[in-house]
Amino acid sequence: MIQKLGKWVDDRLPVSHFWNAHLAKYYVPKNFNFWYYFGSILLAVFAIQIVTGIWLAMNYKPSAAEAFNSVEYIMRDVNWGWLIRYMHSTGASFFFIAIYLHMFRALMYGSYKKPRELIWIFGVLILVALMAEAFMGYLLPWGQMSFWGAQVIISLFGSIPFIGPDLALWIRGDYVVSDVTLNRFFALHVIALPLVLLFLIGGHIMALHEVGSNNPDGVEIKTNKDEHGKPRDGIPFHPYYTVKDLFGLGVFLFLFAAVIFYWPDGGGKFLEAPNFIPADPLKTPEHIAPVWYFAPHYAILRAIPDKFLGVLAMGSAIMILFFLPWIDRSPTKSIRYRSLAFKIILFSFVIAFIGLGYLGTQPVNYWTTLFSQIFAFVYFGFFVALFLVSRFEHAKPVPERLT
Amino acid sequence: MMKVLVIFLLNVLGVTVVLASDGGAIALKPVSINLNDKAALYRGAETFIAQCATCHSAEYMRYGRVASDLHLSKTQADRLLPPHLKLGDEMVRFMPADYAKTVFGTVPPDLTLIARVRGADWLYTYLTSFYADPTKRWGVNNAVFPGVNMPDVFAALQGVQEPVYQTVKLPDGSSEQRLVGLKAPLIPGNMPPAEFDAMVRDLVAYMVYMGEPAKLQRMSLGPYVLGFILLFTVLMFLLKTDYWRDIKKPLKAD
Repeated sequence: MIQKLGKWVDDRLPVSHFWNAHLAKYYVPKNFNFWYYFGSILLAVFAIQIVTGIWLAMNYKPSAAEAFNSVEYIMRDVNWGWLIRYMHSTGASFFFIAIYLHMFRALMYGSYKKPRELIWIFGVLILVALMAEAFMGYLLPWGQMSFWGAQVIISLFGSIPFIGPDLALWIRGDYVVSDVTLNRFFALHVIALPLVLLFLIGGHIMALHEVGSNNPDGVEIKTNKDEHGKPRDGIPFHPYYTVKDLFGLGVFLFLFAAVIFYWPDGGGKFLEAPNFIPADPLKTPEHIAPVWYFAPHYAILRAIPDKFLGVLAMGSAIMILFFLPWIDRSPTKSIRYRSLAFKIILFSFVIAFIGLGYLGTQPVNYWTTLFSQIFAFVYFGFFVALFLVSRFEHAKPVPERLT
Repeated sequence: MMKVLVIFLLNVLGVTVVLASDGGAIALKPVSINLNDKAALYRGAETFIAQCATCHSAEYMRYGRVASDLHLSKTQADRLLPPHLKLGDEMVRFMPADYAKTVFGTVPPDLTLIARVRGADWLYTYLTSFYADPTKRWGVNNAVFPGVNMPDVFAALQGVQEPVYQTVKLPDGSSEQRLVGLKAPLIPGNMPPAEFDAMVRDLVAYMVYMGEPAKLQRMSLGPYVLGFILLFTVLMFLLKTDYWRDIKKPLKAD
C-alpha cells in the first residue's frame, strides 16, 4: 500500500531522482576532513534561525513603543520564550563563526577555483545577504546598541557623494532611525532576506552538485572514473557523509547548547550589555561597538581618516572577495601542494582578520587606529600578493589520486 | 605561534583598554553570586522592596514570578507583597512618577535589567561606595559613579564613609585633589559592617536573578540537554565508524 503510494507520487514528482542525484548517487571525495563539516552545519543553523524566528515573531511587536517590552515579555512571560530567543541570538553568532570557517576552508583548499567560481560567487552573495539580515535583525530588540548601531551604519550611506543623504533617508524612511525604520527592517528581516538567502543557498548547492566537491588534496575525482563511470576516489554522499555530518552536527549542537544554557551573552559579545537599556534617541552611548561579526569591517572603516573613503574601503573589503577566483592565478588548488609564500600570506591574512575583529570592538585611540591601519593594509595586501605570488608560484607536484 | 601572536597583541592593546574604560576612582570589588541560594535571593528581594522599590521600578518583574521561582510559602510571599498589590502585578515604584520628578529632577531608572547592563561587581561596588561630599545635592557622591544623583539610602545602616584624597600634580604645573579610596564612617551605622556587607551581597544576588529569571531554569536544564546531545553524538560517532569501515579497508589494499 505504502509502496504503491510511493510509486504513485514518484511517477508524478521526481522524488527518487532527486534522492539519487543529490544524496544516494551523488559522489563525493572520500578524504573530507574537519573543515568539511561546516557546510551541513550552516544549513542546520539556517533552519534553526528560520524556525526560532517564526516563534519569536509570534510574540514580538515591531514598534518603537513596544519592541523592547515585547522582547522582555518573551524572556519572562512566554513559555520557553527565553530558550527560543537565546537559540536565535546565539544562532546569529554561530552562523557567522561557521561561515567564516567555511570560507577559510575554501581559501586553504582553493575551492573557489575553476570550475567552482560560481559556487564561490554564490557563497559571497550569501555572506552579503547574511550581513544585511543580521544587521536588520539586530535593530529589532530596540536597545541602545540596536538603535545607535543602526544610526551609525545607515549614516555611513550618507557619506556617499551626491546621492548619500537621500539614500540614507530612503533607507531609514525618516530623518533618524525611528518606528518607521524598525517596521521596515522587521519586514525585510523576516520575509525578504530569508527568501533571498533561501534562493542563494539553493543556487550555491545546485552549482556545487553540478561540478562536485573539491577536497583537501585539490584533486578532481571526476578525472579518474571506473568502468561504471563512478569516480574511483568518490563515495556516495548518502550514507557515508550523512552519518558523518550527523556526528559533526552533534559536536556543533553540543557547543551551541553549552553557550545557550551557560553563556548566552557570550561575555558581552553575543548580547551586548548596553542593549539591555531601551533605545533612547536623546542619549548617545559613550562607546558604540558593532557586534563581533561586523567588527573586522568596522575596523577597516575606522582605520581610514576620511569617512567616504572608509566606507569605500569597507565595501571593497567584501567586494574584492567576488574576484578571488581570478586574483589567484595558480592552477594548484590545495595549500598542501602550494608554495611557502602562499602559506605565509594566507596566515598573515587570517591574523589581520582576527586582529581587525578585535580592534573593531575597541574604543578609538592612537594604538587601535595604528594597528587597524596595519591590519587593513595586510588584508588588502593579501589579494595583491596573491595575484603576484600565484603567477610565479613553484607548487609541489599534485598526486593523481587522493592521498 | 598564532596563539602567541594574538596574546601578544591583546596584551599590547589590553593596556590601552583598561585606561580607556577607567570611569570611577576605585577598582571594582568582585562579588560571587550563588543563585541556588534561594534564602539569600529572598533576603535580597526583601531588601529591594524595602530600600529600592519606593523610588525605582522593576517593571518587567512580577511579584508572583519571585514567589514561584524562589518556592516561597504563602506567608513569605505575603511579606514581600505590598498590601495594595496582587501577585500578578509588576514591581512598579511606590512613589508617583511626577512626585519623583519633583524630588530628583528626573524619574529614577528602572532596575529590572540593571544587573545585565552593569554586572554584579559594579552593582556591589556602587552600593558600598557612597562617601560624604558636601558639595553635592544629597551630601554624598559615589566612587564608581561620580556625580550620581542618588541619595545614600544605606547611610543609616552603613554610616557615611569618608573620602581619601591625594594631591596629584598635573602636567601643566597645577595640582588637583583626586579621590583614591574610602575610609570608615566617622559615625558608625546601625548595622555591623559584616552584616551590612552580607545584606548588599544578597541584594546584588537578587538583582542578578531579577535581570534574568530564566537563568535559574537554564542552569538546571543545561546538564540534561548537554547529556542528551552528548549521547546523540556518541551514537552518531559509532554509526559513522561502522559505515566507514568498508571505506577505510580498501584504502589500505590500494
